[in-house]
Amino acid sequence: MRAELVVIGAGPAGLAASLAAAARGTRVVLVDAATETGGQFYRQPAAALGAGRPEALHHRWRTWERLRDGLAARSVRVLTDHHVWCVERTPGGFTVHALLGPEQEEPAEVHARAVLLATGGYEHVLPFPGWTLPGVVTAGGAQAMLKGALVAPGRRAVVAGTGPLLLPVAAGLAAAGVEVAALVESTGPGRLARHGRALAGKLPEGAGYAARLLRHRVPVLARHTVVRAHGDDRLTGVTVAALDTAGRVRPGTERHLPCDTLAVGHGMLPHTDLAEGLGCGLDGLAVAVDAEQRTDVPGVWAAGESTGIGGAALALAEGHIAGCSAAAHLRGTAPGPAPAALKARTKLRRSAAALDAAYAPPAHWTEQVTDDTVVCRCEEVTAGAVRDALDLGAGDERTVKLLTRAGMGWCQGRMCQAAVAGLAGCPPTPSRRPFARPVPLGVLARQHTQEELS
Amino acid sequence: MIESLTCDVVVVGAGVVGAACALYAARAGLDTVVVDRGPVAGGTTGAGEGNLLVSDKEPGPELDLALLSARLWAELAREGLGKAVEYEAKGGLVVAGTGEALAGLERLAAGQRAAGVEAVPVPPDRLPDLEPCLAPGLAGGVHYPQDAQVMPALAAAHLLRASNARLLTGREMTGVLRGPDGAVRGLRTDRGDIHAPAVVNAAGTWGGEVAARAGVSLPVLPRRGFVLVTEPLPPRIRHKVYAADYVADVASDSAALQTSPVVEGTPAGPVLIGASRERAGFDRSLSLPALRALAAGATRLFPFLAGVRAVRTYVGFRPYLPDHLPAIGPDPRAPGLLHACGHEGAGIGLATGTGRLIAQALTGRTPDLDLVPFRPDRFPEEAE
Repeated sequence: MRAELVVIGAGPAGLAASLAAAARGTRVVLVDAATETGGQFYRQPAAALGAGRPEALHHRWRTWERLRDGLAARSVRVLTDHHVWCVERTPGGFTVHALLGPEQEEPAEVHARAVLLATGGYEHVLPFPGWTLPGVVTAGGAQAMLKGALVAPGRRAVVAGTGPLLLPVAAGLAAAGVEVAALVESTGPGRLARHGRALAGKLPEGAGYAARLLRHRVPVLARHTVVRAHGDDRLTGVTVAALDTAGRVRPGTERHLPCDTLAVGHGMLPHTDLAEGLGCGLDGLAVAVDAEQRTDVPGVWAAGESTGIGGAALALAEGHIAGCSAAAHLRGTAPGPAPAALKARTKLRRSAAALDAAYAPPAHWTEQVTDDTVVCRCEEVTAGAVRDALDLGAGDERTVKLLTRAGMGWCQGRMCQAAVAGLAGCPPTPSRRPFARPVPLGVLARQHTQEELS
Repeated sequence: MIESLTCDVVVVGAGVVGAACALYAARAGLDTVVVDRGPVAGGTTGAGEGNLLVSDKEPGPELDLALLSARLWAELAREGLGKAVEYEAKGGLVVAGTGEALAGLERLAAGQRAAGVEAVPVPPDRLPDLEPCLAPGLAGGVHYPQDAQVMPALAAAHLLRASNARLLTGREMTGVLRGPDGAVRGLRTDRGDIHAPAVVNAAGTWGGEVAARAGVSLPVLPRRGFVLVTEPLPPRIRHKVYAADYVADVASDSAALQTSPVVEGTPAGPVLIGASRERAGFDRSLSLPALRALAAGATRLFPFLAGVRAVRTYVGFRPYLPDHLPAIGPDPRAPGLLHACGHEGAGIGLATGTGRLIAQALTGRTPDLDLVPFRPDRFPEEAE
């Protein structure tokens, strides 16, 4: 498969980018791992479920309809079920290496002159005693079950952690008939208010969710945290406690909330594996881009959550700007993105920075993590083992990983990396994952034979 | 925090070689300090596979060092460190695909036997007894029971702990202190001086820079290697298995990519496949051609691996000297300075012997091996 521009990721950023580039005469191939376009934000119910009103579960459904119809009208070639494991630089441009799902055994390649990375973000969850019990799900996971499978994860849920995702998840669960026993947010209401001006764009949205929570009588516990999940084979309840202003649990405030589901999340992290494999520079934990959304590798653009967590509206604006720029460079013309997109990006980036500053896990969350708490689930490494490694002379996340195997398993540290860094007392660093997903050795070996023949 | 310390010997480098130097120096009664600009095992040690190999060495000083080191590793394991460092006396199996390769392998094995290596010929029909999943149709092989394995980062950390040496991580060596006679009297670091009559350069790929900061030249160069790591599997590969052309690669001076993978299982489950060898400076960027060649080599040896997934790969830089032998011992150009670096891809395996030889040099004892082939000043001075 050949294209002028290959866009990786069919969420808001990738869709907006594909439409903008295609509208400017570029031959675009849009690649995504899911069976449908839309990404996590516009996750579609499986066709076989025959959902009558999928929009009931969605926010900004009209924007999605516009994107979907635009995609149909333009000559964008959409490749779903393509799991990209690496993007390779070639003399003529780039080769995108994918595996065809769901088995992910057969390879597929897309060759293009330019690449646009819209790989999104992933949720991060910090450990606490009991967090590995069945019944504990990620906040995004609970949302995906609702949107994609039209299934409620339980009957009585607690939604906990920190970040703007918790509100829609609690509201969505309540609307689906789940009794939401509490929304437990570690950030205090005062901190959010202090960032009010920059958040102006986000507040109406937040206010809408708050009204829905009120309607469903969902108690909101601000500056609280879950200190333990209880249950033998599955979740039966959680202990929540209030936090003091320094972010420590206030003794004596613990109380038990019975529930069969805990949806927990501590924010999002950018997916940067493909960008790092290409050698793109990072800005903190996100892909660094210029005003046109170009990375520092010629021919590679990036947009959306991979360039910094900011939500769907920002991803749409960035995707549009990136798509215009890529098309212009391929055509040798001036980019000329919609002025509204540039304005929206400026405004939304400001509110994203404010949200990022406002929402934070409790400063002393590691104090609640007992030595027997599993931190890395893939390799079953406990917090005690991580602490032993620190005692052995590990001063950073990488050395802890080497000494304990934390982060060496199937998920390659996506789940535990921030937790290990926190326990080690250092800020999370970008971790290089040259394979964005596992790849069969047979696929690599066959490519070697082809290389030798050519 | 700036502080001034005094001790008998200061070791630069908290990798496995520095850890072994510290262990044997401390056991010889020396008050030892270990300094590293990063954490424990932060350099090549952290990217190593943990090969303790005698099988891949031709008769000569490096093989003698490997045999000494193998004995010392086994001794440390018996003393109780074995579990902590994941020591496994699993043995190596070198196979040959053709009659010609097998003849070369058997010639090498004969020479190794004369030097004290256990090398047992394995006819093709006996290969499945040792490795049931090996590809059919191989010409034969040689079994090396002395080949073993440790987990490199754990080895460095636990050797350091066992040494009771003072460990100062996150502290960079900036120069050496010298006495009025010009002899080395200690170490300058970015966080204070350390006074000691002896300084050991165990800085791995950074060893050339440490030597330069001490005022002498040592031409340590990096050689890049990738290792592929699979998803965890139930144990199916019992030995360190590799094809016979590996031996030729180690001694080769060619700068082109040469790949002949060592394939082995690990106690944790993943299979390790490595490593490629190429001269590419300190470039860490991914080389898909190198990884494809590793995968091709591994699946040729073990066809079942074609359906197994690689979950990650990592890159490391082997520190090598032009004649592929390490620099071990006192530097006559700078009295008080000793070197223990340049072990290329064999540093984990050669660490214990190196540590023992350094401790003997520090205490004025007769070394177990002749140090002449390892002399740090054996290379012509680089033209300025």
